[in-house]
Amino acid sequence: MDFIRDIDVVVIGGGVTGTAILRELSKYALKCMLIEKEPDLALGTTKANSAIIHSGFDAPFGTQKALTNVRGNRLYHELQNQLGLDIKWLGSLVVAVNDEEMLTLKDLLVRGIKNGVKNLELLDRAATLAKEPNLKQDIKGSLWAPTAGVCWPFGIALAFARCAVQNGAEVLTNCAAKKILTKDDTIVGVETSLGNIKAKYIINAAGLAADKIAAMAGDTSFTIHPRKGEYILFDKTASPSLVNGIVFPTPTKQSKGILICTTVHGNTFIGPNAHDQEDVEDKSTTSVGMDEIIASSQKLIDKVPLGAAITEFSGLRAVSNTGDFIIREGTVKGLIHAAGIQSPGLSAAPAIAEEVVELIAEFEPEWSLKRNFKAIVTRRKVFSELKIEEQSKLCNENKLYGRIVCRCETVTEGEIVDAIHETCGARTLDGVKRRTRAGMGRCQGGFCGPKVTQILARELNIPLTEVLKEGSASKMFFEKKLPGEDTK
Amino acid sequence: MQELTYDIVIIGGGPAGLSAAYSAYKNGADDILIIERDFELGGILQQCIHNGFGLHHFKEELTGPGYAQRCLELIANKPEITTMVDTMVLDISTEKKVLAVSPKEGLMKITGKTIILTMGCRERTRGAIRIPGERPAGVFTAGAAQRMVNMVGYLPGHKIVILGSGDIGLIMARRMSLEGCQVQAVLEICPFSNGLTRNIVQCLQDYDIPLLLAHTITKIHGKDRVTGITVAKVDAKMQPIAGTEFDIECDTLLLSVGLIPENELSRGLHLEMHPLTNGPIVDQHRTTSMSGVYAAGNVVHVHDLVDFVSEEAEIAGKFAALEVKGKLHNDLRKIKVKTGEGIRTCVPQILDIPPEGEAVKLFMRVGAPERKVKLEILSAGKVIQNKILPVAKPSEMIAVDISAENTKLMGSELIVRLSRGV
Amino acid sequence: MTVEKRTMNCITCPMGCEMTVTIDDGIVINVEGNSCLRGKKYAEVEVTAPKRMLTSTVKIKGGILPLLPVVSQAPLPKEKILACARELRKISVEAPIVLGQVICGNILGLGVNVIAARSMKQEEQKV
Repeated sequence: MDFIRDIDVVVIGGGVTGTAILRELSKYALKCMLIEKEPDLALGTTKANSAIIHSGFDAPFGTQKALTNVRGNRLYHELQNQLGLDIKWLGSLVVAVNDEEMLTLKDLLVRGIKNGVKNLELLDRAATLAKEPNLKQDIKGSLWAPTAGVCWPFGIALAFARCAVQNGAEVLTNCAAKKILTKDDTIVGVETSLGNIKAKYIINAAGLAADKIAAMAGDTSFTIHPRKGEYILFDKTASPSLVNGIVFPTPTKQSKGILICTTVHGNTFIGPNAHDQEDVEDKSTTSVGMDEIIASSQKLIDKVPLGAAITEFSGLRAVSNTGDFIIREGTVKGLIHAAGIQSPGLSAAPAIAEEVVELIAEFEPEWSLKRNFKAIVTRRKVFSELKIEEQSKLCNENKLYGRIVCRCETVTEGEIVDAIHETCGARTLDGVKRRTRAGMGRCQGGFCGPKVTQILARELNIPLTEVLKEGSASKMFFEKKLPGEDTK
Repeated sequence: MQELTYDIVIIGGGPAGLSAAYSAYKNGADDILIIERDFELGGILQQCIHNGFGLHHFKEELTGPGYAQRCLELIANKPEITTMVDTMVLDISTEKKVLAVSPKEGLMKITGKTIILTMGCRERTRGAIRIPGERPAGVFTAGAAQRMVNMVGYLPGHKIVILGSGDIGLIMARRMSLEGCQVQAVLEICPFSNGLTRNIVQCLQDYDIPLLLAHTITKIHGKDRVTGITVAKVDAKMQPIAGTEFDIECDTLLLSVGLIPENELSRGLHLEMHPLTNGPIVDQHRTTSMSGVYAAGNVVHVHDLVDFVSEEAEIAGKFAALEVKGKLHNDLRKIKVKTGEGIRTCVPQILDIPPEGEAVKLFMRVGAPERKVKLEILSAGKVIQNKILPVAKPSEMIAVDISAENTKLMGSELIVRLSRGV
Repeated sequence: MTVEKRTMNCITCPMGCEMTVTIDDGIVINVEGNSCLRGKKYAEVEVTAPKRMLTSTVKIKGGILPLLPVVSQAPLPKEKILACARELRKISVEAPIVLGQVICGNILGLGVNVIAARSMKQEEQKV
């Protein structure tokens, strides 16, 4: 059998879990690689979620979810500076609207303390309204968790990947796993859409497809079920009339509830709802779902400025049949699962990564940590974050920083060119959007979309008609040519 | 960093900015700057290659680029007027300091003795109207598609559905037909079209394109690229009626679902804004709530004719010039213009009238289509002027001139309203 | 022959007057609802041989844009509009071009020139 690579560990899945694991692996003197079936990283659950680093009071004591969430939260506090992550530690409120809900908050407080969450506090009505004045005036109180934060999940996954790559790891996109290669119930590699890769270990971080990857190795010990969550995102101008930070309703058994939250970039969203479905690809939004999240948000806030909505989207949670994270060896030797990573998976990712790598390291006492691990990832320059003097200097150094392409988010051509050429750079319109925020604003790419398409064509040296929005068939524009017409 | 000072700084080099500059120049200003973010002046007109512009303002039917060129010729070779293109204004401070950036000049601090805001408007998006479904490639605002087709040279797709029967949607229906594309339908959620009648005739009827009134999209299909849409009839409350759904196959959906004045800079200046026009509140000179800051054109309220944009901008340019020259009247009486029955918006919202009176023009929009109504202008309970309107549509702005003599008769409040059954 | 009444909207200007046109054996004998003489004229032409202005683009080399907007100097027969648009798609010109310059003389032999709707300079070296 021919192999295109000979690798120690292959991670399948380029979401926040997979990239966190790849980074953790890259601390060791190993050959490691991540394969991702999509053209870009973090296009699954990592792309569309509530973007919250939870404090960790929600999951039942002793579960993997509780352990990794609390540990993950602490790790993010350390990683933020090293990796240049966009995180704001705004704290979260769980709001009770009646006495019964206040009792639930007390239970949550007790659970949180048991889980090891620091500085939890029950607030009365006045203290709650002092933090969030736009909440309904007749709420009862809240549970305050100051260690919670809002973040930019895509940026986190990308930073993990870039850190791993600068430490020798490899990332292959557009590379789908077709078959897990085993011999005598032991992993020998993976057959992919780009060729066979020889490997001693395979880490299954395939999100919604994790059960299918496991099954490729004959491991049917768990199943994954998609659960859709829909969101409405508002223009930044609406945020002052909504919330300052993260506001949950009191949770039910089904979910943490439909929240109202101002993102790390200053837009407020409402959502998500939670609906189980069969299809792992259907991410359509529905009018029923929109009505549901609007109605729910109106329980906490009187005036939800629906006219200021700029986009709606949905994401699919990868829910396991056990209800908890599945972080363990599979039924085949050398196959390690990091599966069923639904909420609080983003919060837990760095802790999940530690756990997975410790698991392998136990089998491989010979493996040693690198002495020269480069922990610091250089953050790309973000024009709108700079002081005027720094902006001026940047424009003088490179004229492309003087051309604003996205007017809503003030993104320069220089940043877009950087985002295309950086490690794990953008290849698609949406890839540029997620890296630079060009097209994320109130006009949703109406003005800058065609311009970014032109820049992508120029920088990647491809015809404009080949530039994709995201998926392989998502062409944006076509030649002005009728069938059979020769316009040359 | 360069620090510059001009008497009049105009933000936006579209028809409003160009007309304001020319008018300021004609009225004696000699230190005028126009800042434009695109690579050339002319604004959105450069992509509106169809004709029908200029009948009022230039007494001649012009194309969009033709109208822009007329405006440009008026300001060409005048040392009194400086222009900067490929230049973005990042911020305007309340001290009228404009922070701008361009690849050529880098970051610049430009102080204006007066500022005229002429930033125009932008298109409402899919997200703003919450169309459910997938999020594939192939959903464009009509204007974005228009720029690609008319200025860059690519098609957004081949089988097109257009949502919204505003003029841009209608014009694009014809444009795509002329490019050899199949336009499957134009959908309109209202029971009436929001475009000019002439455009229904020459853009849809001429090309046998169905216009489905009281219909909307309930789902967009397609994972990577649009493959079709589900359409439903809507009831009187514009809610989809269950059971009326049907699918239309298409690879492209163009949205023409409204325009929003582009007022991010105005909000930064904390100008008083009008909730229905989404623009700054202005008096008849187009002075905003901040002295020395003027606004004109689509940034104040969305117009249907560029001719009125020019007319409004000329007023702003004139009074900015008079302010710079110290020739503004300082004995002005404030009159509030209020909207009554049937009238949705009226600009200006305030009149500042000198003792000798001043001729003013009011621009109004009705809330719903009307037939045979009387437009009444009342002050102190008395009708001081009226006008019979055979037809009034929300999409067509109504302009009424009030004589200087009549403005002298006004109390502290003016009401504009419709009287039905005439 | 029959006398027919038809309602139509004048498209000469943005007012779009709704007119009632009386037609006797293919000839307009009366027009009501028009605000000016242009409405009457439009109705007469629309009933007998409808005409439309055509605006489109042609390719341009060496200009600041790859396309040049063009406009017919006079209205063209309505049924020839699509054929004329197809004809214009074959044309490529070179910058510089001035407003009003003839881009396609006597298009399809219909006796109407198609002219440049704007001037276009040659492309300068961009940043």
